[in-house]
Amino acid sequence: MFAVDVRKRRGTFELDARFGSPTPGVVALFGRSGSGKSTLVHIVAGLLDADAGRVMIDGRLLLDTETGVNVPPQRRRIGVVFQDARLFPHLSVGGNLNYGRKRAAPPFFVTLDAVADLLGLTSLMDRRTHQLSGGEVKRVAIGRALLSQPSLLLLDEPLSALDASRRGELLPYLESLRDELAIPMAYVSHDFDEVLRLATHLVLLDRGRTVAEGNLAAMSLNPELRAIIGADAVGAIIEGTVLGTDAASGLTRVGIGRGELKLESQGAAAGTKLRIQLLARDLIVATSAPRDLSVRNVLEGTVHTVAEDSGGSDLVTIDVGGALIMARITHAATRELGLAPGRRTWVLVKSVALRGHVNRSTQAGA
Amino acid sequence: MWPSADESQALELSLSVALRSVLVSLPFALVLSWLLTRRRFPGRTLLDAFVHLPLVLPPVMVGYVLLLLLGSRGPIGGWLDRAFGIQLIFTRNGAAVATAVMSFPLMVRAMRLSLETVERGLEQAACTLGAGAIDRFATITLPLMLPGLLAGAVTAFSAALGEFGAVITFVSNIPGETRTLPLALYTALQMPGGEQAAARLALMSFALGLSGLLVSEWFARRVRRLLGR
Repeated sequence: MFAVDVRKRRGTFELDARFGSPTPGVVALFGRSGSGKSTLVHIVAGLLDADAGRVMIDGRLLLDTETGVNVPPQRRRIGVVFQDARLFPHLSVGGNLNYGRKRAAPPFFVTLDAVADLLGLTSLMDRRTHQLSGGEVKRVAIGRALLSQPSLLLLDEPLSALDASRRGELLPYLESLRDELAIPMAYVSHDFDEVLRLATHLVLLDRGRTVAEGNLAAMSLNPELRAIIGADAVGAIIEGTVLGTDAASGLTRVGIGRGELKLESQGAAAGTKLRIQLLARDLIVATSAPRDLSVRNVLEGTVHTVAEDSGGSDLVTIDVGGALIMARITHAATRELGLAPGRRTWVLVKSVALRGHVNRSTQAGA
Repeated sequence: MWPSADESQALELSLSVALRSVLVSLPFALVLSWLLTRRRFPGRTLLDAFVHLPLVLPPVMVGYVLLLLLGSRGPIGGWLDRAFGIQLIFTRNGAAVATAVMSFPLMVRAMRLSLETVERGLEQAACTLGAGAIDRFATITLPLMLPGLLAGAVTAFSAALGEFGAVITFVSNIPGETRTLPLALYTALQMPGGEQAAARLALMSFALGLSGLLVSEWFARRVRRLLGR
């Protein structure tokens, strides 16, 4: 368990953050710029003093203003990957990686070779830091933090300074950290795509306050998330299991609840867990079994809730047999179809609108 | 063409005094520049002004104050003599102390400038990687401020070579003990027909000062390249 409950006032800004996320796992601290994410990171790392509160990781108390516990940052065992990487310019890549390793205390869970291998740093060891590309800099920073053998890896918007293609390069490395090392991670971001791929637990921050938290599947339907990422980006995140490849179409078949979705080929073997986001705006709702359509995916279910959204539309959540999905449809359509809790429905979505992310750690399942 | 025995003695003495003065003041300058840059404490501005005093005071006055404090009957000088048998007055060590005091502000200034260029974020990163305060200073701060530190040391060294007023006031003008190049130059000028000797000494001082500045610049550039700046 990674538990945080802290308060801090800085000028007119007030941070009041409270959450508890399961470990190991990736907790995403998500919010707009200026929502207090960086302040929170600095307090957890011990680089900034909180006015009041507690920080605890796996039963180890790092901060408790009531009893006067305040472990100094060099003894907190929190590996921080800063937004600006902060590699030491006077040391080589190897020197940077070894800096934390030499000062680490047991238990040791990763070796230099394993980290170099995992992050693709083996050939960079003798390079000076100013000879590295943006993506390489981030990988070295992650490796350096890992080798300090932390009990929590704290990543403060590690991808924000990179362009889209570099981000795409780095995300698989972060996924393999999560899946292979099983180290508790806190991932700070204002980009929901990153959260979608990496997080198992989601904490929403808005103007210094934690407004909601929970596992990713449950949080994907949360109205507070809708308020932050906007109507177009909102949609249920569900976890399915790859059933196999459809021989005729070449599409990957994924079991969701009682139904099945077909996605563009994922190259994933049967049995692999796949995380899929069904964007609410991409879903079509029908009240009778549809026929003669190009749409490959039809999920049968019953209406769970209907909630009014902005701009004359409704957010309808539908239970498709153990999993909840959410569709955004116009107010008029809701009325004409008579959608109300308990109503039998069919949900349609195009295969090309779906993207799956392999996730070997399975906490996201509802 | 080559320096005479007296001249090389003065040259050697100058170098030795300047070197000692830099070695003595370096650790103090390091601590003070760190305090003045990184710490906020009552009296900081006053301390800052005090450190810079030798820049604005007449060197003769600094020499006189040293005489009062460090002379054999002075409060510090008497104690040094009794406790350790160290005599500063009329010795080359005394000359080194006088030049150290005079060049101290130059060194502190150079170090403060370079300390300000060291990003605090790097020290924070070292901290999260398990480095305590002294460890951080030795492995991150000090190496990163090295160019400025060395430039400061070389500037102070060059300035120490030329220090006159404080030296002659505090430790007098004793051949072979405290008669450094500028003092030898002054002595030559006081003697009838000493112009040629004075010119030779002046040329030596000039060459020495110039090479000091060039070495410092070369070194700073090298380190900067190493850091990729």
